[in-house]
Amino acid sequence: MATSTLAKAAEGGAGTATVRHAARIEHVSKSFNGPAGQQHVLDDISLDVAPGEFVTLLGASGCGKSTLLNLVAGLDAPSSGSITTDGRPALMFQEHALFPWLTAGKNIELALKLRGVPKNERRGRAEELLELVRLGGAHGKRVHELSGGMRQRVALARALAQESKLLLMDEPFAALDAITRDVLHDELTRIWRETNLSVLFVTHNVREAVRLAERVVLLSSRPGRIAREWRVDIPQPRRIEDTAVAELSVEITEQLRGEIRRHGQH
Amino acid sequence: MASTETSAVKDGDTKGTAGGVRSGGDLAGLEAGLDALETVQTGRTPFRETFVRKIVPPLVAVALVLVVWQALVSFKIVDDPSKLPSPGAVWGEIEDAWLQGTLLDYIWTSVSRGLFGFLFALVIGTPLGLLVARVRFVRAAIGPILSGLQSLPSVAWVPPAVIWLGLNDQMMYAVILLGAVPSIANGLVSGVDQVPPLFLRAGRTLGATGLRGTWHIVMPAALPGYVAGLKQGWAFSWRSLMAAEIIAQHPDLGTGLGQLLENGRNSSSMSMVFLAILLILVVGIAIDLLIFSPLERWVLRSRGLLVKS
Repeated sequence: MATSTLAKAAEGGAGTATVRHAARIEHVSKSFNGPAGQQHVLDDISLDVAPGEFVTLLGASGCGKSTLLNLVAGLDAPSSGSITTDGRPALMFQEHALFPWLTAGKNIELALKLRGVPKNERRGRAEELLELVRLGGAHGKRVHELSGGMRQRVALARALAQESKLLLMDEPFAALDAITRDVLHDELTRIWRETNLSVLFVTHNVREAVRLAERVVLLSSRPGRIAREWRVDIPQPRRIEDTAVAELSVEITEQLRGEIRRHGQH
Repeated sequence: MASTETSAVKDGDTKGTAGGVRSGGDLAGLEAGLDALETVQTGRTPFRETFVRKIVPPLVAVALVLVVWQALVSFKIVDDPSKLPSPGAVWGEIEDAWLQGTLLDYIWTSVSRGLFGFLFALVIGTPLGLLVARVRFVRAAIGPILSGLQSLPSVAWVPPAVIWLGLNDQMMYAVILLGAVPSIANGLVSGVDQVPPLFLRAGRTLGATGLRGTWHIVMPAALPGYVAGLKQGWAFSWRSLMAAEIIAQHPDLGTGLGQLLENGRNSSSMSMVFLAILLILVVGIAIDLLIFSPLERWVLRSRGLLVKS
């Protein structure tokens, strides 16, 4: 894919035999102690994300996809199994999670500061990142002055400011209207192709998963297990209304419905 | 495949659209349109409107009180100057104090004590609040006591403070601290408790953990609750100080507003009592209007939390 050449450059092109992973999830299980006794949320999940790869995790509610993302982000620890990532991943939430006491630009600068970027470089770097998400000139804007789509773009810029090799996205566009979401899909695809970023994107929207990903991973629910994987060979840039996207979506939706139906039978 | 696609993107970006592919320029235009449509326009209310809606009503209320007061005296409904002096008599008292140059002395004696005590309470209450909010053991140990202290009238601290410290300024500050520190600490605790967990998670993924997390995320996120606590803390400082000044009389302590009130009572001068009460009220309101309200409004406005009615 487009990013593979960049990824090779990043590895130094020394021809190393070891395959590096942006994230490697090995036999991960997670259970919580709830009021109804022990609850198995994730069961023996193994998944690799290659450098520069775009993977979507798809599943119905209760499949533990957000839990898995939290584990990869290091916000929680797995009950068993191991997760290794190439550096600390960046994380984007369904809510923009921008800090309302800072301007758009200062939100990004805080991410830079916490990463140790010297003070005199932060402002310029933040402007660049805002340009990247096409919000040049929004540096001094307060969060509440921005629209939902703009907030998520600032949140994306802030996540990119971490310069992580892996970007985790937890249904980041679920709360947006269809047109804005469509535009942000295009933006995300563009930015992903311009950088050597790996993306692990969680969603319950099948078309969104197919629209964005190189690989779609379907999780079954309660406990979450990997049910099936699809490689998406439809060339980018795609549109959500493309027939190829629609056809694969139909196939995946069938499988997803089958997974959900299984729960009604018990 | 990789190389052809990369170049396709570059072509798309520089040369515009080709065959159903949305070009960069097209996308930028669409985005600019969406942004323009969805951006909330916020402006400040014009001064005239603020004047009519915010300043006129309290002035009318004050005028009404003065009219009723004057009427009570003029129509001899209360015909005893030792119970109710006329507004004119109280005004005369203000004039006298002003001409003698003691008016500002009274005010400054109390205000400087109050503000200094408050700042001291701030220095103690802030770390205390943070500890209670963030350390589970400390919260379990002293959290309930801190909340309980808030409902203890600070005047109750005056007798023990006099016994421990004597009739001096330290005793005044001790009473202010015991009144204001719990308010400030509790304000910060409730501010921290109301920080959305999402901010903490976002902060952690950005690398703000431990003290850096406290400084960059927790403290600013808790600011609205903290400022509300400061506001209440000031009110408690001022009240505690007045209680202390009324009770603790000593020539070395100088004459603050509390002493003025007590002097008025001792010399059976109701107009002096009224003057003292008026000044205590006005100073309390003024400090709130000049310092804490603007601070609170700034904090809320900058976060888009100030709802315009």
